[in-house]
Amino acid sequence: MAEDTGTLGRSAAVFKASMQWRRLKSHFFVVLGLLSVLLGVVALLVLLVDVIVQGSGWLDWQFFTSFDSRFPARAGIKAALFGTLYMMVFTMLLAVPIGVMTAIYLEEYAGDNWFTQFIQVNIANLAGVPSIVYGLLGLQVFVRIMEMGRSVLAGSCTMALLILPIIIVASREAIRAVPPSMREASFALGASKWETVRHHVLPYALPGMLTGAILAAARAIGETAPLITIGALTFVPFLPEHPLDRFTVLPIQIFNWVSRAQSEFHHLAAAGIIVLLVVLIILNSVAIYLRQRLRTRY
Amino acid sequence: MLKVPFISSQEEESTVDAVIREAVATELPTDVSVEMPNPAVEVNNFSLWYGDFQAVTEVSIKFPRKKITAVIGPSGCGKSTLLRGINRMNELIGGVRTQGNVLLEGTNVYADAVDPVEVRRRVGMVFQKPNPFPRSIRDNILFGARVNGYQANEDELVEAALRSAALWDEVNHDLKQSGLALSGGQQQRLCIARAIAVSPEVLLMDEPCSALDPVATLKIEDLMRELAKDYTIIIVTHNMQQAARVSDFTAFMLSDDTARGKLIEFGPTTDLFTNPSDERTEAYITGRFG
Ligand SMILES: Nc1ncnc2c1ncn2[C@@H]1O[C@H](COP(=O)(O)OP(=O)(O)OP(=O)(O)O)[C@@H](O)[C@H]1O
Ligand SMILES: [Mg+2]
Repeated sequence: MAEDTGTLGRSAAVFKASMQWRRLKSHFFVVLGLLSVLLGVVALLVLLVDVIVQGSGWLDWQFFTSFDSRFPARAGIKAALFGTLYMMVFTMLLAVPIGVMTAIYLEEYAGDNWFTQFIQVNIANLAGVPSIVYGLLGLQVFVRIMEMGRSVLAGSCTMALLILPIIIVASREAIRAVPPSMREASFALGASKWETVRHHVLPYALPGMLTGAILAAARAIGETAPLITIGALTFVPFLPEHPLDRFTVLPIQIFNWVSRAQSEFHHLAAAGIIVLLVVLIILNSVAIYLRQRLRTRY
Repeated sequence: MLKVPFISSQEEESTVDAVIREAVATELPTDVSVEMPNPAVEVNNFSLWYGDFQAVTEVSIKFPRKKITAVIGPSGCGKSTLLRGINRMNELIGGVRTQGNVLLEGTNVYADAVDPVEVRRRVGMVFQKPNPFPRSIRDNILFGARVNGYQANEDELVEAALRSAALWDEVNHDLKQSGLALSGGQQQRLCIARAIAVSPEVLLMDEPCSALDPVATLKIEDLMRELAKDYTIIIVTHNMQQAARVSDFTAFMLSDDTARGKLIEFGPTTDLFTNPSDERTEAYITGRFG
C-alpha cells in the first residue's frame, strides 16, 4: 500500500517537471496565432483606412455621373459603372442557366460512367485555372473567331466561362443537400423525375444556388486580367448601347487611374476602389444572409 | 382460449387475445393460407440484387385484397426491399436488378410497357420517418394529385383525404400551415393522407409507427383498420404486438446461410402467431432470436 503511493508520488514528480515547458509552448502558440490574425486584420485595416482617407473626398455626385477625363476634377466612373453592370447582366444570363442545368444534369440524370467522371474532374480543374487563361481563350474564341470584337458581349462570354465552374459546383452541392426522403416522398406519389426536380429539388436547393451565383458574380466583378487580355478599353467617354459596343469596367478604370502620373488620379482610383468594395460587400452580405436562411428554414 | 406465445405482460395479453379472438370469430376465411383468390398484389418468384448482393430470394406471395398483411422478420432480412420491389422504388438506387415478377391487379409491374411512375401512383407508400414536404398541409395533399392530372375540386380532395387519414379535425382550422409544424404522429397521418389522395389501390407502409409514441401509434393502427375497408395494405413492422393487433395476414421473412431474404411462412395472422408451422417462425415470434 505504502509502496503504491510511493510509485505514484515518484511518477507524479516525473510528470511535473515538463509541465512548465508544456504550458510555455501552449502560450507560445496562442501568441503566434493571435499575431497572425492581427497581421491580417491590421494589414487590411491599413489598406482600408488608406483608401478611405485618399478617396472619400472625391466621392461626390459628379464622380458617379461623369465619364473619364484628362482633368481629374471632371473625371468619373459613369462608363465603368454601366460597363460593369451590362457585363454582369449578360454574364449572369449566360452562366446561371447553363451552370444550374449542368448541375441538375450531373446530379440527377447522369449515370456513373467514365464520361460523367471525365466532366466532373474537368469542372473541378477549370475552377482552378488562372483567370488570364480564360482571357486568352476569350480573345481567340469570342473576339477573333466569333468576331464579337472587344465588346461587352465578348467580355460577358469570357466571364461566364470563368464563373461557370463556381456556379456548377455550388449548385451541385445545393442539390446534394436535398434530403433523399423528400425525393422518395415525391417519387412514391407517382411524380416523374422532372416533376420531382422541378417541385422539390429545385425549390429546396434554390437558396444554395443563389448564394453560389452571387459569390460567382462577386468574383467576376473584381476580375481584371481576362478583360484586359480581350482588350476592354481603358478610356471610355461613352456608354455602351449595344452588346457589341466597346466598354470598360470598374477594376480596369481603377487600374488606369492608378497608372497615371498626376496624384489626383490616385485619389480617384481610391474612390473607385471604395465603390467596388461597397458593391462586393453588399453582394457577399446577401450571399451570407441567404446561406443563413437556408440553414434555418427546415 | 387461444394462447399467444410471445407476450409476457398480463394486461397486454388480454388485449391482443381479444383482438385475435375477434378476428377469428368474425371474418377470416378458412382456406386463404394456401389459395388466395383474386389477390390485389401477387409476387411471383421475386428476387432482387443490390449490385452483387442478393437481398431477396425467390419470394412468392399473394397479398389479399382489402386486407392488412404484416411482413415481419429480423433486421436486414429484406422486408423493406420486398416492399419497395412492389412499387419499383428500388430502381431509384443504381445497380438494382430484379427477377421474377409482381402482378398488380394481374399486370406485371416490371413489364417493359409499364412506367414505374404509373405503378407508384397506384401503389402508395408511407415511410418509416414521417417525410411531409416543407409546404403547406394543403400543398402536401395536392402535389401528388396535381402531377397525376387531378381535374376535380381541390378543396374537396383535401378534405376527403384528411378525413380518411383522421386528421381533418385537428388541422382544418389552418390548412396553410406547414406540414412540418405538425407533431410526428400528425405528420405521419398527413403522409398517409397524401398517399391516399392519389387514389392508390395498395398502400405500402414501412414501419410507419417506429418513430411515434404509443398513443400516436394506436391512432395510426385504428386508421389502418379503417383504411383496410378500401385499400390493400402491406405493413412492415418490428413490433409483433402490432402485427397481431392490426393485421389479417402475416408473412415471416428470414435470411440464413443458404439464402438472404426468403419467405418462410405466410398465413392468417392468428394461425401464424398461435400455431406456426415452421419452427423458425415460432422461434422468432417467441423472441428466441431476431
Ligand atoms: N441500397 C442498398 N444497397 C446495398 N444493399 C442494401 C441497400 N439497401 C438494403 N441493402 C441490404 O439488403 C438487405 C435487406 O435490407 P432491407 O432494408 O430490405 O432489410 P429490412 O428487413 O427492411 O431490415 P430492417 O428491419 O432493419 O429495416 C440488408 O442486408 C441491407 O444491408
Ligand atoms: Mg426496413
